[in-house]
Amino acid sequence: MYTLTAVTKTYRQKKRTVTALAGVDLVIPAGQMVAIQGPTGGGKSTLLQMLGALDRPTSGTVRLGDSELSAAGDHALAAARARDIGFVFQGFNLIPTLTAAENVETAFADGSTPRAERREKARAALASVGLAERADHLPSELSGGQQQRVAIARALVKEPSVLLADEPTGSLDEATRDEIMDLLEGVWRDRGLTVVIVTHDSAVARRAQRRLRIAGGELTELGPAA
Amino acid sequence: MFLTYLLRELSNRRKQTVIIAAGMALAIALVMIVTGVAAGVKNAQSTVLESVYGVGTDVTITQAAEPGADGPGQQFAFGSGDGTATDDGSTEVAQSTLSAARGTATFDSSALTTVEGVDGVSAATATLSLQASTFSGTVPDFSQGGAGGAGADGAPGDGTDAGTQAAPPTGGADGAGGSAFDVDQFSVTGLDPATNAVGPLSSASIVDGRSLTAADAGADVVVLDQTYATSADLAVGDTLAIGGTDFTVVGIVASTSSDAATASDTYVPLDTAQALSGLTDQISDVYVTASSASGVDALKSDLQAALPDATVSTQSDLASSVSGSLSTASDLIGKLGTWLSVAVLAAAFLMAILFTVSGVGRRTREFGTLKAIGWSGSRITRQIAGESLVQGLLGGVVGVAVGLLGILVVNLVAPTLSAAATTQAAGPGAGGPGSAAGGGAGQQVAQATTDVALTVPVTASIVVLAVGLAVVGGLLAGATGGWRASRLRPAEALRSVA
Repeated sequence: MYTLTAVTKTYRQKKRTVTALAGVDLVIPAGQMVAIQGPTGGGKSTLLQMLGALDRPTSGTVRLGDSELSAAGDHALAAARARDIGFVFQGFNLIPTLTAAENVETAFADGSTPRAERREKARAALASVGLAERADHLPSELSGGQQQRVAIARALVKEPSVLLADEPTGSLDEATRDEIMDLLEGVWRDRGLTVVIVTHDSAVARRAQRRLRIAGGELTELGPAA
Repeated sequence: MFLTYLLRELSNRRKQTVIIAAGMALAIALVMIVTGVAAGVKNAQSTVLESVYGVGTDVTITQAAEPGADGPGQQFAFGSGDGTATDDGSTEVAQSTLSAARGTATFDSSALTTVEGVDGVSAATATLSLQASTFSGTVPDFSQGGAGGAGADGAPGDGTDAGTQAAPPTGGADGAGGSAFDVDQFSVTGLDPATNAVGPLSSASIVDGRSLTAADAGADVVVLDQTYATSADLAVGDTLAIGGTDFTVVGIVASTSSDAATASDTYVPLDTAQALSGLTDQISDVYVTASSASGVDALKSDLQAALPDATVSTQSDLASSVSGSLSTASDLIGKLGTWLSVAVLAAAFLMAILFTVSGVGRRTREFGTLKAIGWSGSRITRQIAGESLVQGLLGGVVGVAVGLLGILVVNLVAPTLSAAATTQAAGPGAGGPGSAAGGGAGQQVAQATTDVALTVPVTASIVVLAVGLAVVGGLLAGATGGWRASRLRPAEALRSVA
């Protein structure tokens, strides 16, 4: 699914150059569930951004299937995100003025999906994460766990081939964390998605098929989950 | 989704929406009122000009008076045998003159033929502006008790006793040697009686009697302005002495364009006026109607080339000759009003832009998230532009309502503006002592003074202008905010709020 070759990403920060990724080589086969761990500032989020077509490497190549993301233009990257990639964020990142169903509808990014189909799929996605009854509630009327479920529904409604989650349980208590991880694991198993989870939490990482560690921009394989 | 998202955002940020809409509304209302009042003032100027130049006159042609051309001023000379002796020994004297109006230069009537031969002239007519003056009074009998006094010629008398007081004269206006003189002046315009479509009478309506006709050429007939007829207590069928000749009043006219007086007190056939004033084949004004309204400026140039010594003026040139509070209002609207509108409009636009850009800043995570899930920069720009456009349109709707209310208030108050339209810039020194209108350099001669109630027209163009400004303001703010949002890189947007 993903093939990263000698990926380097540097930033200019206060007149000094920061290397977030230093020659990362990585292959993630389709349908694998991968957890990436590491210290803060080690390059986890930067790596996730490369995988999510949110940014381009300073050097090296990033391929998603047949698409060369590192050489793609803004429109092509936006199209790849809209078509192939679902995101789940630590802070849920829901639009506060839209209901749960409307938030899920925003995933139809090109705006070409008919309204009725959009609404039907959004409600079905919410039902699949157990929130059918909360479809018309605003995010402020939902708990943290429910908001993350809405975010997962938003990521899944367009049926992507990849699900990228950045600290998906970072804002949740342990019980809710386990519920969300059960949900993600179920989705992975049922849909055959490629799932990449960035996490500090070893309990979360242990549920993945494969564990990676990134520190100082260098990636190391930790092996399969215990 | 577009509308749902848009409406939710606007209602959620109600305070910002109200502030932007209110600012836009204020600016648009002000622009509407200023534009409307400017149109009203322009209409008022046209009204005043029409009362002077008539309806349909696009161009007028005059000739500047030569310096000192008016000579020493109006003079009346009486010989020793003039006047009529009365029973008490005093003498009644009277004299009428008819001459070119002060500050008015006359020129050869062949200019009219020249004008008619210029391309772009639809119609033309010539007039002769004259001033009729009548001096009348009673001179006492100075011959009584003249011993010891000074004679009328200034020579010493023949009295024997230098200390003897001469007997006072008798007779005169008060019977005790006093004198009383009346000087009556009124304006006379000689015009082609066969042409009423263009010229001073084209904006006049018949109140009584009839207008001049082709059959009146050479006749001693006169049409009076209603205001003058009332003040002079004249009616159709009465007789009015002009330049020593009795004219029969055949009609009374009033201006149709306002409650003002028409351009002249009296109107007589052109050839009669020329003969009576001794200005044979002379005219003072040519009134021209252009074939095409859009060709007036070109016509002016052609006429100026054909008549290099003449002063060729279009209606817009003539508008600058309108003075009085109407002129003050015009200046106020033209300068202060316009700049105030521009300043308020710029402030409203700036406020809308700043609020929108600030809103984009606060919604960085929102737009970063939307980009992360695949929204294109152009879709986000459209969303922001849509929100700003609706805010602008809300302001536009309120602004139109407030603007219409303001215009209604102005129309209910209907402030009265006085105006004097002037023509004929006279050269330095034109006009002599005793001249009512002549005088210093650049002196102009008042042709008509009138009061005009200011009425502000409400036209579709004003409403379209207001709505257009609202749309432009909204789009400007939306485009700026959208441009800012489209430049957000999703990774940086998400990183900045992490």
